[in-house]
Order: sequence, then structure tokens, then C-alpha cells
Amino acid sequence: MASAVAAKSGPIAHGEVPTFPVTIIIRRFDPEVDKEPRWVDYDLQMHGTDRVLDALHKIKWEIDGSLAFRRSCAHGVCGSDAMRINGKNRLACKTLLKDLDVSKPIYIEALKGLPLEKDLIVDMEPFFDSYRAVQPFLIASSKPKDGKERLQSAAQREIFDETTKCILCAACTSSCPVFWTDGQYFGPAAIVNAHRFIFDSRDEGAQVRMDILNDKEGVWRCRTTFNCTDACPRGIQVTKVIGEVKQAILRGKP
Amino acid sequence: MTVTIDSPRASTTKHHKGINLEKWGWVFMRASGVLLVVLIFGHLFVNLMIGHGVKALDFAFVGGKFSDPFWQVWDMLLLWFALIHGANGMRTVINDYAHNRLVGVVLKSFILLATIVLLTLGTLVIYTFDPCPAGSPADLLPSFCAGV
Ligand code: HEM
Ligand code: SF4
Ligand code: FES
Repeated sequence: MASAVAAKSGPIAHGEVPTFPVTIIIRRFDPEVDKEPRWVDYDLQMHGTDRVLDALHKIKWEIDGSLAFRRSCAHGVCGSDAMRINGKNRLACKTLLKDLDVSKPIYIEALKGLPLEKDLIVDMEPFFDSYRAVQPFLIASSKPKDGKERLQSAAQREIFDETTKCILCAACTSSCPVFWTDGQYFGPAAIVNAHRFIFDSRDEGAQVRMDILNDKEGVWRCRTTFNCTDACPRGIQVTKVIGEVKQAILRGKP
Repeated sequence: MTVTIDSPRASTTKHHKGINLEKWGWVFMRASGVLLVVLIFGHLFVNLMIGHGVKALDFAFVGGKFSDPFWQVWDMLLLWFALIHGANGMRTVINDYAHNRLVGVVLKSFILLATIVLLTLGTLVIYTFDPCPAGSPADLLPSFCAGV
């Protein structure tokens, strides 16, 4: 390890990506050994092009193979590696180290508000329960003519375009202080995915979903803190979307 | 290929009977918030800024305001809206933090009780305030007491 670092920090050849030292501090937790999570530091030499996910790989592959975290696509598509990076929910695979302040240690921990299973892995089941509860699928009784698809204009599609982009990473829901203290709250992601269908002209279940979200633990629990909008790796204006659902419920129609 | 889901599919709709407290609570917080901006800043402006500013505040000043129907209505609105707004806000906070049902019910009962007591006392003060108590030195009383 040490020799590899020494070799890398030598004079930079033409076209070579410069490297820099960085300290990563991870909140580790092994349920079979630890009573409480503990912070562990790792000193690494990383490239300017590396992401937090690359640092985690380096630790897992070169220093401690027992480090547990989820990742699949490594390119911001699957939504499996949302975690708290320096106190903010981010995808490890979309966060470049050079965009963080590497003169200070980088703190990485599991998402807050969901049960911690091991290291950076949380139990996502409560999150998916809320998602399922809003019936996130097309509800349509009409048969489209001649076995063709249901038509929709570009303008009709535009209304809910933003919320089709959700990758169910849970960054928004687990950044919400209401969700942290009151685990019953549906949370931003469920509302985003309800919005996806409530405002879809082909769907007939808007009323059902609006009734579900008009509940005690529904949209009215939202206190407009904007943590969710800040957290979303897909750039969805989550707080605005929740506001649109609130307005729809007040109106009684999408 | 399009898939059509056959009815009847049992919808999970829970039809809310009566009024939905969460929804109307949310609407009330916003409506009363707008009103409170006017009421609170109007109150602060009149009491602290115009005339002699904060130095003008004494028994006579308050007595004078409570004798004017305009300020009686203003202070009544301020009292009722601020207290109900604050109480409903605290209800939300308790719903957030009280995980035990019993603790939540007890805390919310305290808030309801405190709100009722304060609204009753406050309303009584605004409408039964005697600006000219008998036997008080005239220089501490509102000017109009001399004629009474
Ligand atoms: C300038 C006037 C005021 C405005 C515009 C205002 C506005 C609001 C709004 C819109 C909310 C709801 C926040 C949300 O649910 O997202 C709120 C909550 C609250 N307000 Fe006010 N308010 C004002 C004055 C007051 C006063 C005078 C009190 C105290 C008597 C008060 C106590 C509270 C409390 C306790 C909450 C709940 C806080 C929370 O939900 O975390 N407010 N206010
Ligand atoms: S709305 Fe954004 S932050 Fe929330 S689950 Fe979807 S992609 Fe993740
Ligand atoms: S690993 Fe798939 S989104 Fe990051």
C-alpha cells in the first residue's frame, strides 16, 4: 500500500491525472460485534477524477474487505448508493471527491431514519412500504382503441415529466426531519411517485392516491424544509412537487 | 401491448368522515400567518415606533388602547389568532416527537387547557378592563379619566 502511494505521488507525467491525499471517516457498524456504531478513519491517495464511490471501493478492495455498502450501476441510475456524505444525502457514485473540501476529513455514514443493518446499509423496507402504499402503477379501466396505446399530448406529459425521473434512492425521504422523528410519515419519495400518476392524463386513480395522501401521515405533515429538494440526485424539485400535490388535494382534483 | 386492470378492484380509499383536522390545520396556519403579519407588526409599530416610542408605554397608554373599540377588536383578533396558531403549531410538534400515545394525549390536553384558560382571561381583560380605577393618582391614568 505505502509503496503504491509513493509511486503515485512522484512527478506527474504528461496527461496523468494528479492525485491528492484524503481522509475518509466512515461510521462502521457490525451488528454481530458492535453495540454502537463507531467512526473509523482511512487515509487514501485519490485521483482528481475519483468519486466517493471510488474511495469506498479502494477501502473495500485494498484495506478492509469487510466494509459493507450497496452499489450496482455506479453511474447514478440504480439508486442503491445513497448515503450521508459530510452530513448531506448524496449518491456516492455521483459525488466527486474534488467537489468536497479534501483539506478536511470526509465523513460518510448510512442514511438516517431507516434501520441500520451494517456499515452503510440500511433496511429500505419501510421506505418501499410507503412507496407501495400510494399505488405507484397506472390505474386505467378504459380499453385503448384498436389495441393501440393510450395517447397523450406532449403538454399533458410535461405536467408530470419531472417526477418520472425518480430512481427511488431514498435520499429525499431520509433527509426529512419529519420522517426522522415520525416514522409513520409517507415521506417525499412516496409523494413524488404519487405525483407521477396523479397528474398523468391516462390514469384514473388520482382520487384514490389523493385520499391516501390526505391522511394524518400524508402531505400535511410536510413542513417545507427543502431538505428533500437539496438531496435529490435527479434534480427533482421535490418540495415543489409536494406543494403541487397539496394544491391538488385542496382543489379536490389534479 | 396494453394491460387493463379489471374492476372491481377494492380501492383502499378511506373516506374521511367530517372535517379533516390535518388539512384544515394546514390551511389555518397559512391563513392565520398572513393575518398575524399585519396584526403583529401593526401592534409593534403603534406601541414602539410612533409618538414617544417605547417610553410612552405605561398604564395610561394601555388603558387608553383598551378603551378604544378599534384596539379592542385588534387585540382580540391578535389574541385569538396568535394563541390558536401557536397551539396548533405546538400540536404539530408534539405529533412529531411524542412517540408514546399517552404522552402525546397528555401533552396535547395541557395545550388545549392552557389555550382555553388564556383565551378566556385575555378576552375578559380586553373587555372588562377599567382604565380609571377609583382612588388612583390622576397623573398615572389616561387623560379622559378626569371627565369621568
Ligand atoms: C409573523 C407572523 C407569523 C407567521 C407569518 C407565521 C406563519 C407560520 C406558518 C406558515 C407555520 C406553518 C409551518 C409549516 O407547517 O410548514 C407556522 C408554524 C408555527 N407557528 Fe407561526 N407564524 C407567525 C407567528 C407566530 C406566533 C406569534 C406564534 C406563537 C404564538 C407562532 C407559533 C408557531 C408554532 C409553534 C408553529 C409550529 C412550528 C412547526 O411546525 O415546527 N407563530 N407559523
Ligand atoms: S425523488 Fe429524488 S431523492 Fe427522492 S427517491 Fe426519487 S430520486 Fe431519490
Ligand atoms: S450505484 Fe447506482 S446510483 Fe449509484
